[in-house]
Amino acid sequence: MHMRTIEISVGAFVLAGILAMVVLIVRVSGVTLQTGEESHLVKAEFDDVAGLRVRAKVSMAGVTIGRVSGISVDADYGVAIVEMEINEGAWPLPVDTGAMILTEGILGARYVGLSPGGDPETLAEGEFITNTQGALVLENLIGDLVTRLGAS
Amino acid sequence: MTELLRALGISSLERLRSLGSATIMWLTAMAGLPRRGDLPLLIRQIYTIGVLSLVIIVLSAFSIGAVIALQFYTQLARFGAEDAVGLGLALVLLRELGPVVTALLFAGRAGSAITAEIGLMKSTEQLSSMEMMGVDPLHRIVAPRLWAGLLCMPLLTAIFNVVAIYGGSVVAVSWLGSDPGGFWAGMQDTVELWEDVGKGMLKSLVFAFVVTWIAVWQGYDTEPTAEGIGLATTRTVVMSSVMVLAIDFILTLGMYGDFK
Repeated sequence: MHMRTIEISVGAFVLAGILAMVVLIVRVSGVTLQTGEESHLVKAEFDDVAGLRVRAKVSMAGVTIGRVSGISVDADYGVAIVEMEINEGAWPLPVDTGAMILTEGILGARYVGLSPGGDPETLAEGEFITNTQGALVLENLIGDLVTRLGAS
Repeated sequence: MTELLRALGISSLERLRSLGSATIMWLTAMAGLPRRGDLPLLIRQIYTIGVLSLVIIVLSAFSIGAVIALQFYTQLARFGAEDAVGLGLALVLLRELGPVVTALLFAGRAGSAITAEIGLMKSTEQLSSMEMMGVDPLHRIVAPRLWAGLLCMPLLTAIFNVVAIYGGSVVAVSWLGSDPGGFWAGMQDTVELWEDVGKGMLKSLVFAFVVTWIAVWQGYDTEPTAEGIGLATTRTVVMSSVMVLAIDFILTLGMYGDFK
């Protein structure tokens, strides 16, 4: 085969490969250019985060407005501290914003749902959301129910 | 008993020698970084290794994507979760099947050819006559193949993934009537650029290294007989496949370690 034909087909192959990578980046991973966008840190204390993972969604009114960036435990008080990165678009949040750990569907992944507050004062960078509600743990609920049924 | 121990010792030493000289071969071949005049050699190898593997990659990718979508759809539809087909398909392909199946096909299609070609060159004494002429066969024969493999595999994997995902969308969306919005949006919401796409590509690079190394070494080290070449070719395919699967498990553990 002529060198020219080989070169042309190699060129087409490399081009196809690069195009495939672009498709993977743009179409499949739907790349979100959040890296360039500024994000703001807020924290929240929960009594139970059961199953929440780092990189889980943070959403408000069903719209994803950030990601969980860190989960740690405060051993002195026995509470979990969740750090969240909130996107520029949803910032600033009112001081009385509520944070809840929710589940997508019945068995889906855990995420943090923020419910908007009405306070004109806003949270500062790295401040704590005080109005929080931890995860509903199904086993605890069933345990509760069983004890109550037994008592009555 | 002593005989047995002796045989064991001899064979382990032989294996160790093989590993050692394979490493030396790889290092010396790669140390002569490609020079300007090597480009035509490299292009010819990209053609035989990459372009000629394209047909088998595209065909298998399409049917694998279609089959995964079909299985996911029938199972997920029982829970009313057909929308998860897209993201399941994408994650399975990007993280595991894309790199692994591409590497297996690559070993069967290109790896065996490399071994047979170099083996035949050796048995017809082309390699030694090259040395006689002052041409380094490691530089002229081995290095372009190693480079071409490292270059082609990620490209082939990317093509495999894209074709398989579109194959899956043909089945799930066009044929079974799952919602295209859920299919693509679910995928884009969950798939992460580095975590899924990037790490998959990294895997394919590791596989490229392993498969081309084994293929070239088996050819280079073959017994210069017709039987030897046949054995070496088989060994390339078997060894590469086993190594790819084993390494994939280790890589997955390391990359996505938090399974608890």
